[in-house]
Amino acid sequence: MSRTYLGMPGSHPAASRAPFPEAAAASTQDAQLRGNLRHATHTIRAKRAKAVAELDDWGALRAAGAAIKDRTLRHLDHYLERLEESVTRAGGTVHWAVDAAEANRIVTRLVQDTGEREVVKVKSMATQEIGLNEALAEAGISAYETDLAELIVQLGDDLPSHILVPAIHRNRGEIRDIFRERMAAWGRPAPDGLGDEPRELAEAARLHLREKFLSAKVGISGANFMVADTGTLVVVESEGNGRMCLTLPETLISVVGIEKIVPTWQDLEVFLQLLPRSSTAERMNPYTSTWTGTADGDGPRDFHLVLLDNGRTDTLADRVGRQALRCIRCSACLNVCPVYERAGGHAYGSAYPGPIGAILTPQLRGVGGSLEASLPYASSLCGACYEVCPVAIDIPEVLIHLRERVVEGGEVTLRGSKAVIKPAKGHAAERAAMRAARWALDHPGALRGGQRLAARTRRFHPKRLPGPGRAWTDTRELPEVPAESFRDWWARTRGERGEK
Amino acid sequence: MLGRVRRALADVPRDERPQDQPVARDYRRTHGDRTHAERVGLLAENLADYRADVHRCGPAELPALIARLLAERGARSVVVPAGLPPEWLAEADVERLPDAAENTARDLDAVDSVVTGCAVAIAETGTIVLDAGPDQGRRRITLVPDHHICVVRARDHVVDSVVQGLERLDPAHPLTWISGPSATSDIELDRVEGVHGPRTLEVIIVEDAAEG
Amino acid sequence: MRVALFVTCVNDTLYPHTGQAVVALLERLGVEVDFPPAQTCCGQPQFNTGYRHETEPLVRRYAAAFREYDYVVTPSGSCAAMVRDNYPRIGAKASAEGRGEELTEAAASAVPKTYELTEFLLDVLGVTDVGAYYPHTVTYHPTCHGLRMLGLGDRPRRLLEHVRGIELRELAGADECCGFGGTFAVKNAAVSAAMGADKARAIADTGAETICAVDNSCLMHIGGTLARQGAAARPVHIAEILAATEDAPPSAARAAVEGSPR
Repeated sequence: MSRTYLGMPGSHPAASRAPFPEAAAASTQDAQLRGNLRHATHTIRAKRAKAVAELDDWGALRAAGAAIKDRTLRHLDHYLERLEESVTRAGGTVHWAVDAAEANRIVTRLVQDTGEREVVKVKSMATQEIGLNEALAEAGISAYETDLAELIVQLGDDLPSHILVPAIHRNRGEIRDIFRERMAAWGRPAPDGLGDEPRELAEAARLHLREKFLSAKVGISGANFMVADTGTLVVVESEGNGRMCLTLPETLISVVGIEKIVPTWQDLEVFLQLLPRSSTAERMNPYTSTWTGTADGDGPRDFHLVLLDNGRTDTLADRVGRQALRCIRCSACLNVCPVYERAGGHAYGSAYPGPIGAILTPQLRGVGGSLEASLPYASSLCGACYEVCPVAIDIPEVLIHLRERVVEGGEVTLRGSKAVIKPAKGHAAERAAMRAARWALDHPGALRGGQRLAARTRRFHPKRLPGPGRAWTDTRELPEVPAESFRDWWARTRGERGEK
Repeated sequence: MLGRVRRALADVPRDERPQDQPVARDYRRTHGDRTHAERVGLLAENLADYRADVHRCGPAELPALIARLLAERGARSVVVPAGLPPEWLAEADVERLPDAAENTARDLDAVDSVVTGCAVAIAETGTIVLDAGPDQGRRRITLVPDHHICVVRARDHVVDSVVQGLERLDPAHPLTWISGPSATSDIELDRVEGVHGPRTLEVIIVEDAAEG
Repeated sequence: MRVALFVTCVNDTLYPHTGQAVVALLERLGVEVDFPPAQTCCGQPQFNTGYRHETEPLVRRYAAAFREYDYVVTPSGSCAAMVRDNYPRIGAKASAEGRGEELTEAAASAVPKTYELTEFLLDVLGVTDVGAYYPHTVTYHPTCHGLRMLGLGDRPRRLLEHVRGIELRELAGADECCGFGGTFAVKNAAVSAAMGADKARAIADTGAETICAVDNSCLMHIGGTLARQGAAARPVHIAEILAATEDAPPSAARAAVEGSPR
């Protein structure tokens, strides 16, 4: 039913651990995947641009969103204390989880305390990040994903590949086949003669899940926002599965990253404009639920909030990298990313694919692993992600900052403690080449010498290069080296002067 | 964990207060100056754009309209919030299930429709907000039945913008913001209406006679 | 007005005709341009790969090489963006590491005078019609750093629209990255090649003879991909189109400049 839980804190269970270039080299060859992703991302790109263009104050909203998040992050200790106080006052119970293992232990115990062996879940990035479903399965508790795309992923024994649309790598035909083949094993089977129209597929999911909603006693969610002042949690969704999980069960457990705080109720006026338009490209998503602790006779009697660190404070300690914690998980950066579009989400090896994953995963987990060390390079630095980010995270800036951490090492915070890390392995030849290049480029005479040597030997230059150069010449011709460099032409025609 | 957070923020001066970090709120409070009629028109337009069925009537016509919508739907039973004005359902020939804590989700699943009021309606986004007030009831009654009729009193409820809507709402109440019937974009990022929540959302905008 | 050409290491070594075209174009517009030979490379390949400390000497070198000039003009959107966006960051990081203000000052001197060619033509010289003649079909690819970091906007297009004889063809998905990305092209060769192939297809679909951009590094990748596919379109830097006239078509323009020592 589910894959083996590897028990690695902060890692998505069963996710690829191969470095990004290897995983991407395989996925770019998958024509079906490429076609599905191209279709989906291009559809949403145009819609988002239209939804954003409707607001002529988008720039001001974006700046305010970034500023509110920055204020929160710079005073996160203050706001966390405030949040705990207000949630507790409203009848909720707050738990603190320093890492994935602790969060999973807390949630497992809370479910066990209810005596239930089944839970319904709203799509939540935080619970994917910590591998909660697999941890619950080990304790004999079945977790049912209720978001349509998560259901497709769970039934297909697959992995999510997108923040908003985890099954974006599947097209309608594949989804129909998964429903036909797998629904029966999990509950109500797919209707006879199920076709591949999205409307029919959505209806099949409605019928399959309704039984689970009506009998659910425990719901598990994440949250898009937590308001420190009031203790209010906010879940933004489309299908109504969120409302089902948040209001029908007797016990609600919300696992939320500590960076999801906003200081005040008023601050939501910014994010409830930024998020829907950036995410599903709608003026407003169909359903938004807010709740403050427990309400008498309406919704769960018990509410638990599990506040998750799991590398977030390590990220916070980095002055350049901390802007990644502004992220509101809209996925606009994935939808415009040319690398994501070709490589697909699985190559990023975590719950967070795309550009945001390329800066978040290496910070949450550290750059020690070969996958994590490869992620900051999974970008052509084209900047499309920064342009659409509703909270103005300068993803290219953070990517380059993390590349520096990979090749130069230096001081970092790892699991709460300061540490000095060494440069990553496997960059020795590159480092030597960079040094040599820097030396030559800092000595124009040497640069000129090299250019002249290349010009003299140009008749002998091969069309295809061996070794690392093959990566270029496998698909591209090399430029021809000219007979004379610009520098030599200038000296010859305009006279040499001023060279040091 | 708070210790970790504080260590991570070693670069923040000790005497810096949160409000020392500026937040410029120079975005708009509303996106346009509208007359009341324009505002209500925009609400209707945006609700319809996301596939809600929109009806408009005067107060005197409301009971007949609700009765007609229920009849057209073939609804035989309806959940009724405790504080729903009784005259709204005066002409409807349906079985009434009063909203109550004892009603289970299965009880609600057996009911055809629900009729509620609302707390706020936001024109720019086509959103109605329920705050569990007396004429709206518990959150689940507008979730489990497949048909929701929501009555918006134009003069009392309609605001222009998200900013204005939030100001009117009390976070202590559980809120449900509804913008059209449930939908999903999970298949090829293409929007399809109707998944788990009510697949049919009918919004009745009631104008006072003088506003007509 | 003392104007220097920052030709960039890529153009210096591989595309001298682009540098020559800038010289011919600016001289035609009455601008005397100098080439201080102490210049080498802006440091972008090092910096963008993570070798910030290897970049620092090149920041100093750039600032020193162009110290006595009012304007530095470069036929590269990404090198101009490197100076403008990243030099101040390199200075700020060195300063935060307690290594003084030297790099911050170097950045402060370099940033305001550095202009990408089309910016210099429109914003400083105020010309849109540079008197060029280029009787070919051309499609324009806005490179990412020009488009999104420098914010070149429609400057290159406005210049191209005033070229006589030119026929501009719209490029589908123009604002999508070509997949070059510096060391990305070899570190993530499969994705880079896939992006390049899509871009090459879009270019071929225009039927244009020429694919034009403000950056030869992107054109090297695009052109290399087109050539491998046997496509007809040929990469040409925008400077070479703007330098061409009836009397001096691209090849003749090169010869004319080459044959006129001063």
